[in-house]
Amino acid sequence: MKAWFPSLLRLALVVLLVAFVTSPGWFEPLLKPLTENNAPVIYNQGSLLTLTLLHLRIVLIATVAATVVAVALAILVTRPAGAEFLPLSRSLVNIGQTFPPVAVLALAVPAVGFGEKPTLIALFLYGLLPIFENALTGLTTLPANVMEAARGAGMTGWQRLTKVELPLSAPIILGGIRLSVVISLATATIGSTVAAKTLGEVIIAGLLSNNLAFILQGGLIVAALAVLIYDGLSAVERYTARRMGREVE
Amino acid sequence: MQIRFDKLGVVIAAIVAYAAFVAPFATFRANRIVPGQARSILEALPTATGTLLLAIIVAAALIALFKTPLVLRLAASVVVLAALALLIGVAGTFLTPAGDTFARVSPASGFWILIFAFTLLVADVLTRLNLSPLARIGVLVVAALAIGLLLISGRWDSLSILKEYANRADSFWAEGSKHVTLALGSLAAAVIIGLPLGILCHRVERLRAGVLNVLNIIQTIPSIALFGLLIAPLGWVATHVPGAAALGIRGIGTAPAFVALFLYSLLPVVANTVVGLAGVPRAANDAARGMGMTDRQRLFGVEFPLAFPVILTGIRIVLVQNIGLATIAALIGGGGFGVFVFQGVGQTAMDLVLLGAVPTVALAFAAAIILDAVIEMTATKRRVETA
Repeated sequence: MKAWFPSLLRLALVVLLVAFVTSPGWFEPLLKPLTENNAPVIYNQGSLLTLTLLHLRIVLIATVAATVVAVALAILVTRPAGAEFLPLSRSLVNIGQTFPPVAVLALAVPAVGFGEKPTLIALFLYGLLPIFENALTGLTTLPANVMEAARGAGMTGWQRLTKVELPLSAPIILGGIRLSVVISLATATIGSTVAAKTLGEVIIAGLLSNNLAFILQGGLIVAALAVLIYDGLSAVERYTARRMGREVE
Repeated sequence: MQIRFDKLGVVIAAIVAYAAFVAPFATFRANRIVPGQARSILEALPTATGTLLLAIIVAAALIALFKTPLVLRLAASVVVLAALALLIGVAGTFLTPAGDTFARVSPASGFWILIFAFTLLVADVLTRLNLSPLARIGVLVVAALAIGLLLISGRWDSLSILKEYANRADSFWAEGSKHVTLALGSLAAAVIIGLPLGILCHRVERLRAGVLNVLNIIQTIPSIALFGLLIAPLGWVATHVPGAAALGIRGIGTAPAFVALFLYSLLPVVANTVVGLAGVPRAANDAARGMGMTDRQRLFGVEFPLAFPVILTGIRIVLVQNIGLATIAALIGGGGFGVFVFQGVGQTAMDLVLLGAVPTVALAFAAAIILDAVIEMTATKRRVETA
């Protein structure tokens, strides 16, 4: 395949996505055959654009919070002072991943009420795990000779962390963030079962009124967002990896 | 002798102090949906019992706080966990007014945080003991038996979650078996289709990128949308393909849930098969070829056994993920523990949510521990054999 072909495809997807969320009316004839009994074709209880932006906002807030906490924790357990916590934190991450998202969402409701908050909590917890795992891998697999050289050059612990360790692990940490964002984008839709304003609202409205067009438009917007963000973050990752001279798998 | 603090112990002792003295131990409600009133340990239990529980907790927290032998730490945390498990049932009976069938007592945040803190301590000790895979499964079985015994003995019957269970005992087991069938059945289907597909992708390089890309894109479709989208095609199949409806294929219900879980399961199985086969050392393949093994013999005698631990890791991911995702099947009438979760959310009856969520988490957790142990066993066996 020619090198420009994937870029063109991506551009087309962006244009299509923007056109769809800003003026869904244009696409009505396409989705029309999926509805029965003259049911509405385009989601009519709120604008798709607002829901898309709210969806992205929830994912963004949760991911930023998860990144800060996960990277801080990974730094902590890889310092000599926190080394005692390393084995435990590994098994905790493993255990944490077994909690199903629906369970976390539903259990957060009594503590914080319905709406955006339980969704944010669930997304934050799910976001933590992949980022923490990757940050740990990045910080524990640094080439020994580089660390030796940094120490030999008389760098302090803080200097080594900010000038050597973090920049060198950046590509791997970014890989974790990318995974976490894609998971969050999909999980945020489930948030609508506890009344969060996300694109899941469109899908659930479709499920409840047996309207395939709703389910399809909600699902496709989320999928398109996920594919585009995944691609974008992969590109950033490759760029930093090249700069750091590290190979990304 | 110098007194030394255990770093994790400091964290655990702080959490325990908060949970035991500040946070509520149990919640009392006049009926199942009104907001609850908090009760501390001393309020929730008869005075003597409550004081005893506090004493046990404080002693265990002190053992955790200082550097103490691992066996002592393990014993202390197991004693506290057992005491908490027994006494939460006592609190249920103690707080429920005699003859009142509407009153509900459920464990509150303090109880859950105490359980969390001491489970953390157990997990830390078990990690430091570096148990063999079989021993880990053994610990899991003992824990499961203990919980099972407590449930059968009826000591928890005064708790709200078990009252919810008592009202739906039949449907609980029916939904439970549906949940397990969905999760395991879709896994089996994914392995039957995914393994050959992975082998094919390994052998035919041109297929690899295409197949993996398609499976990757399927993963990005949100689960509730995929479940919903399958309703239409399966409904069409049910009405137009003779015999399909007789097989139980219908637009809503178990069929679309099964297909959706199957589609999500394919990527980890196929991708791990490809990675596992690619990781087979070239020397092993060359040696096999040199011995005159046919392609088929090489696949089953050399490549497949060597790739097995990696493939098993894929299966572990799928199983844990499927057990969680199967809860969503309830949204499209597919059954499973999700039924109780969504009913509970709808009625704002949190104990009903727990009735669905707790077994799901327990199942996923047990599956993860067992498969991790099996993976470790096959991986070390392989290493010993090839060494």
